[in-house]
Amino acid sequence: MAGPLPMFDFCADPSTLPWYSWLACYLTTGTHFNFYGSFVTVLLLLAVTAPVALAFGFLGATAARSPVAPVSLLGRGYIVAVRGVPDIVYFMFFVIALDQGIEWFKHLFVCADLSQPVWNGNEFSVCSAAKVPLATSAAIWHKAYAFALAVFTFAIVFGAFAANVIYGAMQAVPRAQLETAEAYGMTQGQVFRRVLVPQMWIYALPGLSNLWLILIKATPLLFLLGIQDIVYWARELGSAKTSGNNPYPHGDWRVYYFLALLVFYLVFTRVSEIALSRLTARFSRGQATRAGEDMRKVVAQ
Amino acid sequence: MKKLLLATAVAVLGTGAYAQDVVRIGTEGAYEPYNYIDQATGELTGYEIELGKELCKRAELNCEFVQNAWDSIIPNLQSGNYDAIMAGMSITEERQKVIDFSQNYIPPASSAYLALSADVNTGEGAVIAAQTGTIQAGYVAESGATLLEFASPDETVAAVKNGEADAVFADKDYLAPFAKDSNGELVLLPNEVQIGGGIGIGLRKSDTALKDKFNAAIQSMKDDGSVNTMIKKWFGEDSVVF
Repeated sequence: MAGPLPMFDFCADPSTLPWYSWLACYLTTGTHFNFYGSFVTVLLLLAVTAPVALAFGFLGATAARSPVAPVSLLGRGYIVAVRGVPDIVYFMFFVIALDQGIEWFKHLFVCADLSQPVWNGNEFSVCSAAKVPLATSAAIWHKAYAFALAVFTFAIVFGAFAANVIYGAMQAVPRAQLETAEAYGMTQGQVFRRVLVPQMWIYALPGLSNLWLILIKATPLLFLLGIQDIVYWARELGSAKTSGNNPYPHGDWRVYYFLALLVFYLVFTRVSEIALSRLTARFSRGQATRAGEDMRKVVAQ
Repeated sequence: MKKLLLATAVAVLGTGAYAQDVVRIGTEGAYEPYNYIDQATGELTGYEIELGKELCKRAELNCEFVQNAWDSIIPNLQSGNYDAIMAGMSITEERQKVIDFSQNYIPPASSAYLALSADVNTGEGAVIAAQTGTIQAGYVAESGATLLEFASPDETVAAVKNGEADAVFADKDYLAPFAKDSNGELVLLPNEVQIGGGIGIGLRKSDTALKDKFNAAIQSMKDDGSVNTMIKKWFGEDSVVF
């Protein structure tokens, strides 16, 4: 991905270079390109996970409010089960269980010999045709699969928290609004779509923005799933390198790399805050909240 | 009879598919010179990577190294995310309860303490850093010293430098370069310890076919002395060989 290395011709023997050339060489090593690439991985993960988690949350909250008892139980169960379990447990065990579940399901259809037990003590084995992805697949597919598992796991975990936030937001919409809609003869579905959902976002936004900021900072959990994120690379690059095998030996530089991450996270959260405050203004328009009322008065004057 | 035929057919087909399979090998990528990331290229390298490639060539396997955190390296093997572990993992009785090992490809080597001065106490009352889930961590826990565990090896060395721990206990081959580079700031203590049965390839207990192949390949490298050449290349001329 980094093209032919080293980047510059003069990098052949770094130990003889003046510091500025040394730094230019150092910052263009293969490991550094991996580090730069991991920023893209993280941004991509956030871009995919956030909408998926929001969808999970919306479904969870809608299910929890359902008048049909089993559906409501399912929604509430999902929220309680995920919120009550430490994230790390999900990331260590849920992913392995999910991965095994997928392979077990595939094995029922593609394996010729189903007589062998799939789970044998701690071991899990299916025939090679049932592996997901196949062992023969290119490394990129293994990465894509790990990434998809990561998105799904993040979405499950953050979806449960989002569900709780959205559930609360739905409850916060003034009852009078819903009753008025009912009085106009709207069906339950119409009340939900036309009155409840458009009005609940403003109540959900503070909670959801919290979740978004937590999600931004939760990406180091990715390494547990075999994906190397920015924190992994910062740690790897910053850890002390001894002179023997490393062309660029240095002491413990983790503090500098973590400072770079700090700047990245601060800029990213600041940009997020600006975007969220615009969203808040957008959602406040015409709402029966303090902010919405203030807006109405400004227009009326 | 029909069943027998079918079983044979499956067995034949099974081995046929096996020969073309990719054997995925899990490694940590943070334990120089055993397995680490090449600073210049960003690829995995080290003694175990070079050895693994040679073993696979001899066993006519198509191998691929994958990186995995040390913490979850055994569960992911059992779960089938890769088929073997080559991550400086010592053969111990405790690990043999959950996974299988090939014969060792590094002889039992010395573990050593690295500290800020040569007269540091490592016994009762001392605080010793070690990586979680290693034989060294187990040894420290039983030695009477207070064990301070870290997820990655470089953190254990950092803990000594910043005074969090009195000494770090790890494979001598990992610690020696730190002592060499430190201009006398860090010293290896003379009380070295031999623990573990050497380092071997970790395998699922059910994967006996793969174990046999690796064992044969390791044996052939021991017989022609090439494993010793490789050990000397990565660990220095005066390292312990077979």
